Amino acid sequence: MKSALHNGREWLAAQRWLLPVLLLAGFGLAFAIPEYNLLNKYVQLVVMYVGINIILAVSLNLVNGYMGEFSLAHAGFMAVGAYTAALLTMKVLPVVAYPALFPVAILAGGLVAALFGLIVAVPSFKTRGDYLALITLAFLMIVKSLIENIDYIGGPRGIPGIRRMTTLPWVFFWVVVTVWVVRNFVYSKYGRGVLSIREDEIASDLMSVNTRRVKFLAFTVSSFFAGIAGGLFAHLLQFISPRVFDIIKTTDILIMVYLGGIASIGGSILGAATYTVLLELLRPSTVAALLSWLPAIVFEPLNEHVIKHLGVWRMVIMPLALVLVMIFWPRGIMGLREFRWFIPKRDLEAHHRIAAREEKHGAPHGH
Amino acid sequence: MALLTATNVRHCFGGLCALADFNLNLETGELMGVIGPNGAGKTTLFNLITGVYRASEGSIQFKGTELVGKTPHQITALRIGRTFQNIRLFRDLSVLDNVRIAHYAQADYSPLEALLQIGRYRREEQRIIENSRRLLAIFHLEALAGETAKNLPYGLQRRLEIARALAIGPELLLLDEPAAGMNPNEIDLLMEFILWIRKEFNLTILLIEHQMKLVMGICERMKVLDFGETIAEGPPEVIQNHPKVLEAYLGEGPVG
Ligand SMILES: Nc1ncnc2c1ncn2[C@@H]1O[C@H](COP(=O)(O)OP(=O)(O)OP(=O)(O)O)[C@@H](O)[C@H]1O
Ligand SMILES: [Mg+2]
Repeated sequence: MKSALHNGREWLAAQRWLLPVLLLAGFGLAFAIPEYNLLNKYVQLVVMYVGINIILAVSLNLVNGYMGEFSLAHAGFMAVGAYTAALLTMKVLPVVAYPALFPVAILAGGLVAALFGLIVAVPSFKTRGDYLALITLAFLMIVKSLIENIDYIGGPRGIPGIRRMTTLPWVFFWVVVTVWVVRNFVYSKYGRGVLSIREDEIASDLMSVNTRRVKFLAFTVSSFFAGIAGGLFAHLLQFISPRVFDIIKTTDILIMVYLGGIASIGGSILGAATYTVLLELLRPSTVAALLSWLPAIVFEPLNEHVIKHLGVWRMVIMPLALVLVMIFWPRGIMGLREFRWFIPKRDLEAHHRIAAREEKHGAPHGH
Repeated sequence: MALLTATNVRHCFGGLCALADFNLNLETGELMGVIGPNGAGKTTLFNLITGVYRASEGSIQFKGTELVGKTPHQITALRIGRTFQNIRLFRDLSVLDNVRIAHYAQADYSPLEALLQIGRYRREEQRIIENSRRLLAIFHLEALAGETAKNLPYGLQRRLEIARALAIGPELLLLDEPAAGMNPNEIDLLMEFILWIRKEFNLTILLIEHQMKLVMGICERMKVLDFGETIAEGPPEVIQNHPKVLEAYLGEGPVG
């Protein structure tokens, strides 16, 4: 029974041609679903949040998983991308006349966020672990208070009335780009450099890895995609304010990463999807609807004292969930493992081809 | 021509000078041993050469290039490979990746080429894999390419560390106590092995070792350190009977 399942998985993993087919089908669905209302509007919205959260989790995993640092800055990069893109579409680019300029705004958000990523990369040259975590936390707080204090961009009130331009096809497109680019990064010399830094930074340097350059790249790529996610988010929610990008937002992304598993793109995809759906299920209105079958005598007090305040409880439950996952399930759903389809064929073969020939010309045996 | 020279190198940690007035002239192709009691400054010497520490005073030159002030990866990229006294493999990574990582400086592609999988990226990655597998095959580790490094038995971990150092494509190889934890039988094999890689990879080798049998057996020249000072230098026969060396090792048993 178990071996049949195993064989099935092995067979599926070998059918790599399925990936492009699924991608095409995905794009088809991404266009068809809103066009023909194949899913109700609410479900469509949740699917788009899942997509945006995948972008956030996969990009954060680069720093927190592959590199093994604990960055809390991700919501800050997201804010930078969101504000940049929103300001562009509202005040600079004539997107009303030319909707084709929307991707330009999103891209700009990513690029500006990447610039901010460089700022956080610099302290990472000298500092690691808890201290770097504190620095990233400071960065998050600085970004938030900067936004709060610039009246031109709405200050604490934020920016309302952003045009809703994020669509399912755009979200799907950016998810694919994120996964593809991060995957390419991970399986290049830079990605292996990032992994070796997590293992032993000095040994890494002594094996010719330019550790500064590698850290620069990891932070830049990571924050770029956080910025992209921010821009998409702003043009979906249609309202952004500094409060949207606070430590709770960062905590959400952290949970997705650690739940899904460190150093795994597949894990981050699963983590983001699971967590987003779970969050939706825990909304007061959803929970109330789910429990409405209870007799009124039980339901009314429950609703009054607990369900209506789930928003507040969230602030307690989510950080607690993060702590629990990190302590009791450090590997998450698929930590340090990867969907086989994501691993370049070259890498798979090089790791698994068993030596068919014993090298004629080998060194004297040590054992 | 001298491959590596050190001139009046001194390095102090606070008040303690781990290495003082150190001079070295290592010829191309030479195999030189560095011995000395615990805390003599041997590992510190390797850390100074490879840029882990920056020498407080003096100059270290490799093929005429000044090394003092350069970072470890710059120095390594000049083709100086090393191993560590306490094995420092990338424990959670595969055997293959341990060797591939050491190709970083040689892999000739830019970040953009990597992110978009264009240009030289594929060809270079293929080349790195081939070279890594060739090295693993030479060291009889090819069948373990997919194994996690920490799961290897101790002896194979030591061997993998040498394979990884050779992936740098070194002209100079620094070995820090490669025989640590080996029995006399294994040491005999290691001696043969070191001579073999020297020939095979055209190496110049600097070897730190406590096992006298090993250094005396294969080194052409030796340097003896004690409390950071060079107390003797010369071929094994001279070192063996050098009064200062005997004195430094008193209480640690006879030399040789
Ligand atoms: N980072 C450091 N900070 C302070 N002191 C150090 C440091 N590294 C080495 N030392 C000191 O420098 C001296 C030389 O150390 P080193 O490691 O070079 O000795 P060694 O000859 O390699 O000894 P062993 O045979 O035990 O490996 C020792 O007294 C050691 O305590
Ligand atoms: Mg030592």
